[in-house]
Amino acid sequence: MISAFLILLPLVTGAISFAFRSSESARRFSLLSGLLSLGVVIAGLFPANASSLAIDLPWLPVMGSRFTLAMDGMSKMLCLLTALSFPVIFLAVYRQSFRSPGAFYGWMLLSQAGLMGVFLAADALLFYFFWELALIPVYFLCSAWGGERRIAVTIKFFLYTFIGSLLMLAGIIYLSFQMPTTSFAISDITQAAVNSPNNTLLFFLFFIAFAIKMPVFPLHTWQPDAYEESPSPVTMVMSGVMVKMGIYAVIRWLLPVFPSASVQYADIIIAFSVTGMLYASLIAMQQNNLRRLIAYSSIAHIGLMAAALFTSHPGATQGAMVQMFSHGVNVIGLWILADAIEKITGTRQLNEMGGLARKAPRLAILLVVMGLANVALPLTNAFVGEFMMFNGLFHYNWVVAAAAGISIILAAVYTLRMIEKILYGTSDNIDQPITDLSPNVTWALIVLVVLVLLGGIYPQPLIDLTKDSVEALTLKK
Amino acid sequence: MNHVAFLVPLFPLLGFLINGLGRNQLSRSMSGWIGTGAVFLSFLVSCFLFGKVLENGGSTDTLFYLIRTSDLSIPFAFQVDQLSVLFLLIITGIGTLIHLYSVSYMQEEAPHHFARYFAYLNLFVFSMLLLVMGSGFVIMFIGWEGVGLCSYLLIGYWFSNPNYNYAARKAFVMNRIGDLGFLLAIFWIISKLGTTEYAGVLEGVAKLNSTDLTAITLLLFVGAMGKSAQIPLYTWLPDAMAGPTPVSALIHAATMVTAGIYMIARTNLMYTMAPFTQGVVAITGLVTALFAASIALKQNDIKKVLAYSTVSQLGYMFLGLGVGAYTGAVFHVMTHAFFKALLFLGAGSVIHAMHHEQDIRKMGGLRKHLPVTHLTFLIGCLAIAGIPPLSGFFSKDEILAAAFHANPVYYVLGLGGALMTAFYMFRLYTLTFLGEARYHSDPAHPVHESPAPMLLPLMVLAVLSVAGGWLGIPEWMLAGGHRLEHFLAPVFAASSALTHEHAHLTAAQEWGMVGGATMAIVVVILLAIRSASREKKDDRPASGLLANKWYVDELYDFAIVQPIRVFADLLKNVLEKNIIDGCVNGMGRLVHYSSRQIRLVQSGQVGNYLLIMVLSMVVFFLIWFNDNKIMALINKIF
Repeated sequence: MISAFLILLPLVTGAISFAFRSSESARRFSLLSGLLSLGVVIAGLFPANASSLAIDLPWLPVMGSRFTLAMDGMSKMLCLLTALSFPVIFLAVYRQSFRSPGAFYGWMLLSQAGLMGVFLAADALLFYFFWELALIPVYFLCSAWGGERRIAVTIKFFLYTFIGSLLMLAGIIYLSFQMPTTSFAISDITQAAVNSPNNTLLFFLFFIAFAIKMPVFPLHTWQPDAYEESPSPVTMVMSGVMVKMGIYAVIRWLLPVFPSASVQYADIIIAFSVTGMLYASLIAMQQNNLRRLIAYSSIAHIGLMAAALFTSHPGATQGAMVQMFSHGVNVIGLWILADAIEKITGTRQLNEMGGLARKAPRLAILLVVMGLANVALPLTNAFVGEFMMFNGLFHYNWVVAAAAGISIILAAVYTLRMIEKILYGTSDNIDQPITDLSPNVTWALIVLVVLVLLGGIYPQPLIDLTKDSVEALTLKK
Repeated sequence: MNHVAFLVPLFPLLGFLINGLGRNQLSRSMSGWIGTGAVFLSFLVSCFLFGKVLENGGSTDTLFYLIRTSDLSIPFAFQVDQLSVLFLLIITGIGTLIHLYSVSYMQEEAPHHFARYFAYLNLFVFSMLLLVMGSGFVIMFIGWEGVGLCSYLLIGYWFSNPNYNYAARKAFVMNRIGDLGFLLAIFWIISKLGTTEYAGVLEGVAKLNSTDLTAITLLLFVGAMGKSAQIPLYTWLPDAMAGPTPVSALIHAATMVTAGIYMIARTNLMYTMAPFTQGVVAITGLVTALFAASIALKQNDIKKVLAYSTVSQLGYMFLGLGVGAYTGAVFHVMTHAFFKALLFLGAGSVIHAMHHEQDIRKMGGLRKHLPVTHLTFLIGCLAIAGIPPLSGFFSKDEILAAAFHANPVYYVLGLGGALMTAFYMFRLYTLTFLGEARYHSDPAHPVHESPAPMLLPLMVLAVLSVAGGWLGIPEWMLAGGHRLEHFLAPVFAASSALTHEHAHLTAAQEWGMVGGATMAIVVVILLAIRSASREKKDDRPASGLLANKWYVDELYDFAIVQPIRVFADLLKNVLEKNIIDGCVNGMGRLVHYSSRQIRLVQSGQVGNYLLIMVLSMVVFFLIWFNDNKIMALINKIF
């Protein structure tokens, strides 16, 4: 029941939100909705009994597709990330006004409903349905509220991700028809995949769909554009939560369904992922545009998760689980800061900034903490996941781990350069009067900083939460 | 049994939080006392722990588990034994003195910056304590990166100056290169032994073959090279002098830069069992010692001379580790902490008196104006030069003696380095304190001796620089004189059991060697004073290979930094923009072109396309939901 409620709540509130005309009521309403969802997820972390989480209803009987939601540790964690992200984002942009606020927040909440569905669906067709439900609002948000190049960028983003989705849909339908009675249940899909002569082709249909979403090099070029041109809260949702759809899907729908192909093609996927880590890090080093810098930095971090998942090392999988959460927290923090910095300085270009440490000390401290999390400094949350993933990668092949490790050095180069350009030196280049962060942004960031430190000092709850998902995957192998 | 160990890092952590969060409320004296008091409390607890260790030996306290999975568990635990407690005393003891000194030295700062300074300094002490107290490699790594962060923050403390920021970033990045080696070593250990705890690794070390041992020890040493500024990762340390002088004394002389020595001393058994790595360590140390000393001969910035001197002295410590003189290396860490902290704080006192002038060519004759600073600085110079019976004499002699037994060439070169050390230190001393004033005295701001809170640490450190070496008087000079060796013996016991006792020289031979070396050093000191007194006043930028530090920075820039930049630019502007994204956009254009040709819904609005897509999807699903017949039809088509 709880799982269904997690989807219904934002779906209904999202639909209602379209009716709001005033900015004030729309944002209050959505913040409230976000907090309610968070409450529901927290209730779901401590269920009275296991059956109170799942739900299984007939949905499309002719197709054999059922409305099945299940909630294991990984689902709980990602629902928690989703439910946490939205109110924090709403809080951070609380003082900004958007054109047609009702529609804006409505689409945001619908997207949240889709995301929850993705992380909960245990039926392949239902999974696809939610996958699209999460993405479609984003197309609208980008095209209507985005920056100058929004139309071109949205078309690119739309075509790119939609082609991926279609590949996956083709794979799902093909598999379901392999069964004597068509079914989309995960166990049946797995059975069909094992028996299918086209196992490799199917594996890549799914993989490419997920690889675009993550993204894995060289399927990543939609992302910097989309992150740059989308309205900030949408960028936060996309990079904080939506990229986890791809990683989640690999763990839920790719590795268990195609266990042998996942091992067989691990080498090439890891090679691409690690290349992407270094490639994106090097490009981030040369970026003068703050948003693109964060985008490439995020691509580099995602590359490590992609590589870790294919090492078949339980520790690395566990690390990727932890990192999904940490990356979400950290990248949302960075985007909130980037958005605030852009508002304060009136520019996105790093070489036009400077000296904010003197004039905006709150921002300076929070940016430094988030920057340190971005370089995975020990006692920040990112260190734990990265440590476990690098350890798994080392187990897989030490040369690959050493090569990937160079990204640790490069991360320090571009992150410290970013901090230096924004905070230090003088603010002579900035024309407008400089103010510090407003209270709502500060509080949103403080919530994230607490999570950064908590996850870095005592990550065990996160590990325990997702242990069952890692074990399930290991048993399948 | 020592359940108070956690208090040692706790006090500086609290100090950091109070000063960091309350920086806008606290007055200067409040922040100063909180910062200093926190470290002093840690010092008291460390003394208590020292007593416990003397009585009962080492112990380990587990606080909680950082990571615990089915195949890996990493406890957050503190190990207090002979080695770590010695470092605790050095860190918190010298730390307290330097905090006290800073209260005066940083008086010109605005209160909130003053509090920020003490917050960083306390955070540094906290991280450094984690580094030496951790019971395994991961906790050490946490402290290791933590001290790197604090070093970054403190080098760039005056953040309005772009050069300082660059120096800070350079230090962090160079350290990260070393850290990668450290991390890979940890993964290697995990993959072979399944644990990161020293105790477990020590037990399992017999299971490692020589390839594993060599690889692990070399990778750990890469980490040590970064943190302890050895060739090729040393160029950040001279630049780190951009930070406030007390920071240079604490972080870049007495404590953080010795972390690499601590690491190897901690894992000494692995190094003893990996002779190839030992050779690498010894030669790297020796070359660094000579190379940095040669640069120090021609530097004119008082802090730069001391910085290169530190690099050089760290090289001696690695030479000691490389030839198996673990006690000697740790001994030199201790005495060096005393006299180098003293020299840096003395330099700070001079800079303070000279109103931020750091060029020794523009000083001279300060002996008269700064009597206490002068005397203590002279003691520091004599100690580092190795004049008996000051502390540097004993520790340096112990390393050189061990080097002699390993390879007489090491000894000869090491002695050559010691002579250079004596030369550049007394050149520095002469130019600063002797002769006539070469600066214009401003009557409104006369050159004056520093206030008592700055002089007190100088005096304490001067006493330690004189007497600190008496803990390690060699056995041939005084039976039972090496109390430090007996104290540390349990830590190095396993290594000692493996090393063959080498042939001892007779006491007469030892006396002869030491006497000869001391004579040579005295001659060099006299030469240095003579030649420095004749150095002409010269404002021109220095020229020559040594003055330009062998052009190593330029070489790195040309051979490494620029190629990476150019390559990254190529990726960004050609591969990414034109090729990868070019393909994607080309496909997009193709689709766009064909859709125009088909002249489908020509509204040009993405929103409309999308809306149609959503609607048709919804309709599609509704139909599926309700109508079996249509489904059957679709089934047929498929």
